[in-house]
Amino acid sequence: MKAGLLSNRDVLAGLLFIAIGAGSLAVSSSYAFGTVQQMGPGFFPRVLGVIIAGLGAMTLAKGLRSGEAVEGAWGWAPLAILTVALVAFGWLMEHVGMLPSVAVLTLVGARAGREFRWGEALVLAVVMMALTWAIFVAGLGLPYPLVAFAFGG
Amino acid sequence: MDVLANLALGFGVALTLKNLAYCFLGVLLGTLIGVLPGVGPLVTIAMLLPITFGLDPVSSLIMLAGIFYGAQYGGSTTAILVNMPGEVSSAVTAIDGYQMARQGRAGPALAAAAISSFTAGIVSTLIVAFFGPLVGKWALEFGAAEYFSLMLMGLVFSAVLAHGDMVKSLAMVAVGLLLGLVGTDVTSGLPRFSFGVPELLDGVGFTVVAVGLFAVAEIVQNLARKDGVEVFAKDVKNLMPTAADLKAIAAPTARGTALGSFFGALPGVTASVAAFSAYMLEKKIAKDPSRFGHGAIEGVAAPEAANNAAAQTHFIPTLTLGIPATAVMALMLGALSMQGIQPGPQVMTSKPELFWGLVASMFVGNVLLLLLNLPLVGVWARLTQVPYRWLFPAILVFAALGNYSLNNSAMDVYLCAGIGLLGYVFAKLECPPAPLILGYVLGPLLEENLRRALLMAEGSFGVFVQRPISLVFLGVTALLLVAMVVPALRRGRERAVEDA
Repeated sequence: MKAGLLSNRDVLAGLLFIAIGAGSLAVSSSYAFGTVQQMGPGFFPRVLGVIIAGLGAMTLAKGLRSGEAVEGAWGWAPLAILTVALVAFGWLMEHVGMLPSVAVLTLVGARAGREFRWGEALVLAVVMMALTWAIFVAGLGLPYPLVAFAFGG
Repeated sequence: MDVLANLALGFGVALTLKNLAYCFLGVLLGTLIGVLPGVGPLVTIAMLLPITFGLDPVSSLIMLAGIFYGAQYGGSTTAILVNMPGEVSSAVTAIDGYQMARQGRAGPALAAAAISSFTAGIVSTLIVAFFGPLVGKWALEFGAAEYFSLMLMGLVFSAVLAHGDMVKSLAMVAVGLLLGLVGTDVTSGLPRFSFGVPELLDGVGFTVVAVGLFAVAEIVQNLARKDGVEVFAKDVKNLMPTAADLKAIAAPTARGTALGSFFGALPGVTASVAAFSAYMLEKKIAKDPSRFGHGAIEGVAAPEAANNAAAQTHFIPTLTLGIPATAVMALMLGALSMQGIQPGPQVMTSKPELFWGLVASMFVGNVLLLLLNLPLVGVWARLTQVPYRWLFPAILVFAALGNYSLNNSAMDVYLCAGIGLLGYVFAKLECPPAPLILGYVLGPLLEENLRRALLMAEGSFGVFVQRPISLVFLGVTALLLVAMVVPALRRGRERAVEDA
């Protein structure tokens, strides 16, 4: 049985490549193409865009023919949690200092796992704070405030 | 060319207390992290990269190489004890290694892996020492056209030999090339694909891509997967192999080393191809092929030897030509460029202490690895039991903080999250990440050499086929692509890649 378009592995991959190729073409269309002898900054991106879109079209065609589905379920939940945890970490590093940022990243990140135990996660957060302090601040000498409040600044 | 004098210079560098310490630290950290289940050499290196950037280039490369050997050996340990290979090449080791562990022969399996890796490491390092300079000297004659064709060949090789669909692999190479172009164009000074973000003017950071692609995306994949494995860690008491074991692995180790050294030196051919070929060869020439898959010690020794030999000879194209053969080598190359060193044939003459120091440290690293593993195997075995729910938040913290620390930039962490997201989607759609990182590392060089070649040839594409060396590279590339399109051969490749 053929997979639906939305779960068809190669159709999705092909569409993704076509989108990337088209995006490259669109963005680089404002860059000078130059001539073959004097390649401008737009030459290589546009050639790449065409190649990526072309290979994407081939992948799309293959997907329509074979209809193989994406294997296994999508891990949207862990993906979303980890992305949020990383973004939060980046923002917090600039506003509240290293230790709270590490704690938040550990605690939020750990929730992405199938099993989550508060006790374990708290211990892990403390261990990570100690380790990152030892390696990055004491060891590598990076000048991060351990705890800071720099909102709006 | 005096290899001995050069090696003496190299050992002079590698045996300083400082570099010895970094090599040891690298091997130790690499093994420690590499042995953790679900953490392969790529994740290990990507995660530890930022820590090495504070060192001088030679020490940093020596430590990275140490991390790499350690992580590889650690990966084999995990493959044997937990049947959870951290990378494709140790998947071959897992076939018979895990069976040996199930039969209570985990000790001999680990010993076979250690001894064959060690032997292969030493022999192939000698090969690097002798052939590296030859390749380097040859490559000094390369002009822009030769480099362009060589890079193209390496990229196409890596895509064709990668797991899965060739068209998707090629597309991933191109996406990687595109990603490498982000930032200010060297020739025109025009910012490309930077979307007005100031942090993007210097391009997407190398560790951002490596960590996003190999640490973040990998974690999500592991978390989304269900697994239940039986660990055979308790049976490991000592590693001392019996005389019969040693006799059984001697010839397979030699054959694996030869195959691995050869394959490793070709740009774009990964260690997994070498490991798989070595395994198939042993199976073919064995008196009783049916033992394979049921705990044949030759099935552990040969691929391990091939794997490690290839891992060392990969350094030949990486350091002498500046063409990485594998994703791990791309990481090494990226680390060097971050240190301001452009690998290529000039490195050997302009920075002999770097090349020869690294070669000497390969010997040192392999000895350290053996000394470290024989007594500590019990500890490593216990480490394979650490649950993943403790590991992944720790990897995440080191990856994020390491990335942040390079430029003190939150943007790098956001980008890393973005690349991780994209990397996961690619992985689910079975688009292999290794070709992408190779393309990303080579992107700017490929464009630069294409531009220079065309400029000098006054806009004639003929230059690529008129120069004989360039023509050979392009011919081989074309041949490979044609071969892949011929159905009979393609079926053979699919079978080979699947089994590996």
